[in-house]
Amino acid sequence: MALSRLTSRSNGISRPLSTAFGRFISTDTTPITIETSLPFTAHLCDPPSRSVESSTQELLDFFRTMALMRRMEIAADSLYKAKLIRGFCHLYDGQEAVAIGMEAVITKKDAIITAYRDHCIFLGRGGSLYEVFAELMGRQDGCSKGKGGSMHFYKKDSSFYGGHGIVGAQVPLGCGIAFAQKYVKEEAVTFAMYGDGAANQGQLFEALNISALWDLPSILVCENNHYGMGTAEWRAAKSPSYYKRGDYVPGLKVDGMDAFAVKQACKFAKEHALKNGPIILEMDTYRYHGHSMSDPGSTYRTRDEISGVRQERDPIERIKKLVLSHDLATEKELKDMEKEIRKEVDDAIAKAKDCSMPEPSELFTNVYVKGFGTKSFGADRKEVKAALP
Amino acid sequence: MAARIHGGAGAGAATALSTFNPKKLVAPSRTNLPAARSSKRYIVAAAGSDASKKSLRVGHSQKLIANAAVATKADTSATTGTGHELLLFEALQEGLEEEMDRDPHVCVMGEDVGHYGGSYKVTKGLADKFGDLRVLDTPICENAFTGMGIGAAMTGLRPVIEGMNMGFLLLAFNQISNNCGMLHYTSGGQFTIPVVIRGPGGVGRQLGAEHSQRLESYFQSIPGIQMVACSTPYNAKGLMKAAIRSENPVILFEHVLLYNLKEKIPDEEYICNLEEAEMVRPGEHITILTYSRMRYHVMQAAKTLVNKGYDPEVIDIRSLKPFDLYMIGNSVKKTHRVLIVEECMRTGGIGASLTAAINENFHDYLDAPVMCLSSQDVPTPYAGTLEEWTVVQPAQIVTAVEQLCQ
Repeated sequence: MALSRLTSRSNGISRPLSTAFGRFISTDTTPITIETSLPFTAHLCDPPSRSVESSTQELLDFFRTMALMRRMEIAADSLYKAKLIRGFCHLYDGQEAVAIGMEAVITKKDAIITAYRDHCIFLGRGGSLYEVFAELMGRQDGCSKGKGGSMHFYKKDSSFYGGHGIVGAQVPLGCGIAFAQKYVKEEAVTFAMYGDGAANQGQLFEALNISALWDLPSILVCENNHYGMGTAEWRAAKSPSYYKRGDYVPGLKVDGMDAFAVKQACKFAKEHALKNGPIILEMDTYRYHGHSMSDPGSTYRTRDEISGVRQERDPIERIKKLVLSHDLATEKELKDMEKEIRKEVDDAIAKAKDCSMPEPSELFTNVYVKGFGTKSFGADRKEVKAALP
Repeated sequence: MAARIHGGAGAGAATALSTFNPKKLVAPSRTNLPAARSSKRYIVAAAGSDASKKSLRVGHSQKLIANAAVATKADTSATTGTGHELLLFEALQEGLEEEMDRDPHVCVMGEDVGHYGGSYKVTKGLADKFGDLRVLDTPICENAFTGMGIGAAMTGLRPVIEGMNMGFLLLAFNQISNNCGMLHYTSGGQFTIPVVIRGPGGVGRQLGAEHSQRLESYFQSIPGIQMVACSTPYNAKGLMKAAIRSENPVILFEHVLLYNLKEKIPDEEYICNLEEAEMVRPGEHITILTYSRMRYHVMQAAKTLVNKGYDPEVIDIRSLKPFDLYMIGNSVKKTHRVLIVEECMRTGGIGASLTAAINENFHDYLDAPVMCLSSQDVPTPYAGTLEEWTVVQPAQIVTAVEQLCQ
């Protein structure tokens, strides 16, 4: 889709480089091999190779989806400041490579479960921008009918299990999902994602112990953005090598700002988990925003640090450089793509703003499965006790 | 408006009858009593004086399966008809085994449930029959394995999570409250959590403070879960099966002292309705609401009360969340006096909530304030005599009834 737009715009643009590549790359899946920026560091396993198999289409897809995610998060920032999004809003910009790289190698049968920084992962799993913004603004067309909020995005048909507010609690859930996958003999894995702050939770180690004992296909992904809210990792963890913390469980440290490194690591991890049980992936990544919208993000780190990472390690810039160097599109085309994405996001926001708030009766639905909750019965089970406004 | 009370024969009953004036039951302040009430009094059957553990069900629920099996229950002790005798923990095991046979998605996880057979033998023999993947011995990490059970339930499995003692589930409170109870709601209905969390709790056996907890008071506020308490082998098996079949997360409270109760239960399959209370003994004068072990203290007190000429109606509420206000309400409308006997602590227990619910809904039907007898607000001591006095004793129940029926 993005590619066809590229081709339509290309006529008449003069390009300084060779025209060996035709402009009809919409169906071109020319394989490309990309070297990851850094080697992998492994614990108790052999690290995968640095050469990642990819294709031109994938490269452009990566760019487009990451740009979409980035734009979505920035838009959410503005909406929060405009008080259309309330409560908590944890933004993922800077960490997009993790979501993208993971999605590239897994199917919809593989499960992902994560904590509250879930907007982009939801998008990666097939969620629509409209559902995201509607849920963020508490409208009824949101993915959780407006009843979950920013921290509770779920998509059952794509095996996306959320969306959890309590730090660390999603990891035992993830191992349980892996257990179920093993139980029904699906050849699928579960990626249980958590942050460097959550890595100190006891239940993580408990779940890891059980996963290793029972050989569950669970992959624990630590998105190490180096700050647990305001506490730097060296102040919270005696051993900040999160990939080694599994002790008897193999681990891999990955440059989380490099989508291809993430892709390679996840591919390796999936193969490993299906054969040998759990593995830990530590994604060395960074978030540009603060922990949430109420955190400026600059009281515990310098602005220089943030801009430094943005200049040197930004995942979208990296993909952009690769696209340009492989001659898949020009600067202008990428800029146009970004403009389109901006428009797409703005349209989704406008549509979500038009959506209505949930009905008052929705307060009582889905509390119990039996439909216990649409009316509150009185003592006779016939008279309606609670008259809803 | 004749209310004939059939008490025990003899002088004792006569003196009780003479002091017992039905007119005194009507409190002077109640003015707006519905007229229909007076026409509903009926004669108490003689069988009511036999304060045994027979449970006569008032089968008004359409959802109850095998109502017929229930109705014959009253006769089973008389006839040697269909039915087999077993202990409560065996009834739980039978229910669990039948459900595991019926649905391959049902699995059990907990500490020592597999090879060891369960610390209270509820899962004995299941590991041999179903294998290690369906009866899972977990390490000692309640938070994690409860979370894992809930995660597995999100995908469609139906785990039965055992807390070796209910008190240990406090370690898993976060998982039970946030993930188990609320996921169905926060996901907008996408995920159901058909999990059963069960385990023994309650005071008895001098286990000390930490092993004698009554978690029903802590869990009762969690939205999205159902809580039931079993008290006889019959309802233990029935509730276990219903809980496993339910799409909602259900917490099944068992009691350490009740595992060796013996009763004859039907051979054919039956389930008990999760939201229904059980009529243990119909009566006229006062409604006594109770559950789990306190049911037996109440029935013991009922014997004494009947000898003294009272006619208590004893209801085992069974469903701790939500309350069966229908049956309770009908009973209150009949007797106009309520005594709640529970094992939770005074503060914030099931009895406290039930008192509030009854006052709110049935205020007009009450002739006296709702009285609630609960355990003392103390950690359960080890010494036997002290432990006895933390919980409600039958003598206290008798006194309370006499006080209420003044």
